[in-house]
Amino acid sequence: MTSTVTPDGRTIGDVLLEVKNITLRFGGVEAIKNISFDVREGEIRAIIGPNGAGKSSMLNVINGFYHPQEGEIFFHGRKRNAMKPSQIARQGIARTFQNIALFKGMNTLDNIMTGCFTHMKTSLLEQAIWWGRAEREEYVYREKVEHIIDFLEIQAIRKTPVGALPYGLQKRVELARALAAEPKLLLLDEPMAGMNVEEKEDMCRFILDVNAEFGTTTVLIEHDMGVVMDISDRVVVLDYGRKIGDGVPDEVRSNQEVIDAYLGVAHD
Amino acid sequence: MSADFLYAIEVLLNGLMAGVMYSLVALGFVLIFKASGVFNYAQGVMALFAALTLVGIMNGEVPFSHLINAMFGTQVHDFGWHVPALAAIGLTAVVMVFFAILVEKLILKHLIGQEPIILFMATIGLAYFMEGFGDMMWGADIKPLDVGLPKGGSIWIEENTAWLGGEGQRFFGFFIDKLDMSATLVAAILVIALTLFSQYTATGRALRAVADDHQAALSVGISLRAIWVITWSIAGFVALVAGIMWGSKSGVQFSLAFIALKALPVLMLGGFTSIPGAIVGGLIIGMGEKLFEFLAGPLIGGATENWFAYVLALIFLVFRPQGLFGERIIERV
Repeated sequence: MTSTVTPDGRTIGDVLLEVKNITLRFGGVEAIKNISFDVREGEIRAIIGPNGAGKSSMLNVINGFYHPQEGEIFFHGRKRNAMKPSQIARQGIARTFQNIALFKGMNTLDNIMTGCFTHMKTSLLEQAIWWGRAEREEYVYREKVEHIIDFLEIQAIRKTPVGALPYGLQKRVELARALAAEPKLLLLDEPMAGMNVEEKEDMCRFILDVNAEFGTTTVLIEHDMGVVMDISDRVVVLDYGRKIGDGVPDEVRSNQEVIDAYLGVAHD
Repeated sequence: MSADFLYAIEVLLNGLMAGVMYSLVALGFVLIFKASGVFNYAQGVMALFAALTLVGIMNGEVPFSHLINAMFGTQVHDFGWHVPALAAIGLTAVVMVFFAILVEKLILKHLIGQEPIILFMATIGLAYFMEGFGDMMWGADIKPLDVGLPKGGSIWIEENTAWLGGEGQRFFGFFIDKLDMSATLVAAILVIALTLFSQYTATGRALRAVADDHQAALSVGISLRAIWVITWSIAGFVALVAGIMWGSKSGVQFSLAFIALKALPVLMLGGFTSIPGAIVGGLIIGMGEKLFEFLAGPLIGGATENWFAYVLALIFLVFRPQGLFGERIIERV
């Protein structure tokens, strides 16, 4: 596969993640039915669909919180075995959550620093005695984190406990923590849910900037169709756990099944 | 200054030192509570077990000797060697790490995602198991423990404070136990080290992260199980320190497990989530109960030390449920 260049000058490379024939059941309920799609390096891929379509379940499968009963996941072209979420994080998949999962008692800086956890190599003993290597490592990552803080414009809340921050800022801190892991694949679960128009615009800008600056491959789930169509390169549409559309935003927009799923069908 | 007043100060100082001993136990509770939200009822028994193991190793006792002798009719009791104190402390620390791994493997792993109350019940079971296991392994005798810490009153302090009383007063200087002083020093070092570790290292941050939100911790690549082993190892290490101090003071005996109960009011005062809180809480309780005994004891028949701490904790619960330094729960509505 060759790389392509988007109209705005970003390079989109080979397939980074491929999910094949994934089926996920909770008891008798099939949350995801035989879904396949791929994510290419450097692109912004959206998963959309009405409530209960299986979007978050799909993200949880990629992230390792759920283990599908059927199907395969290929990451970097290699088949991935069932793994724990912490192992998957170490492979370079970072995520944010729909209902914000930050460490509420810790301040913004510490929250973002936890994102670097998988990269920090010094041993417990070295850290315990603050041995040279551990100290240097701490400074290196602190610098990286400061860069991310500047990038996302959250300098002012560096030392604030995140539990006390307004919702929009908490979402931004969560994005910062995910970025601190320098992820190969970034999963965003409804990054704009519950935001006002201005906050949504900010968040869109950050997602695009992150993608442009770091070349981060991003998979995002979103309800707001307008937002999705504006920022994503390709869109997967789910409905009742089935895939009903897949393609560039314009294709998806004109897909009759998608329109039916979103607007409802006249029954006569 | 009058002798009575100076005596009150001496009581206060000794109370502070006694408080440090409570703090050492309370510290172990706080560590595990912070990292896993579990109140570890077994902390006191862990201190006892650590002290028993330390004495056993130092004296070269054969573990399970009673059991072996009963089963095979042999008469083994000890290996006949003595291990130097420092090496024995190191070995005991290794045993406590091994114990932490076992706790994780046999108990915590199976209770992931359960309510805190269920984990609490598990630690009660663990406490009784360890008490019996410690008994079976090392016997139930009261054993003296001497790791070379200084003992007895400090003559230097007595001689150099005797002048405070002035001419004609029946005051001969402050009596302060050297062991209490070394306990204070050890506790101070321990607290500073633990605080720095949890605030300024990646692993420390991971410990706090796990305490805060399991799911989020997993998503940034922190392995819960590794963190639990680390937490319980540190708590085991603190238990060892507490066991050494209490064991040196009053001998290694099974009533050590009950000092854990005194840590409860300490925690209610200081807050269950604060390391400095455990220290300050211990100091207040230690000082308070000695002073209360000194002032009010003679009036109401003494033995106030048995209940004073609990009443103080009760009063605190009414006015400041999160304790002096506990985290206030921030809830955005």
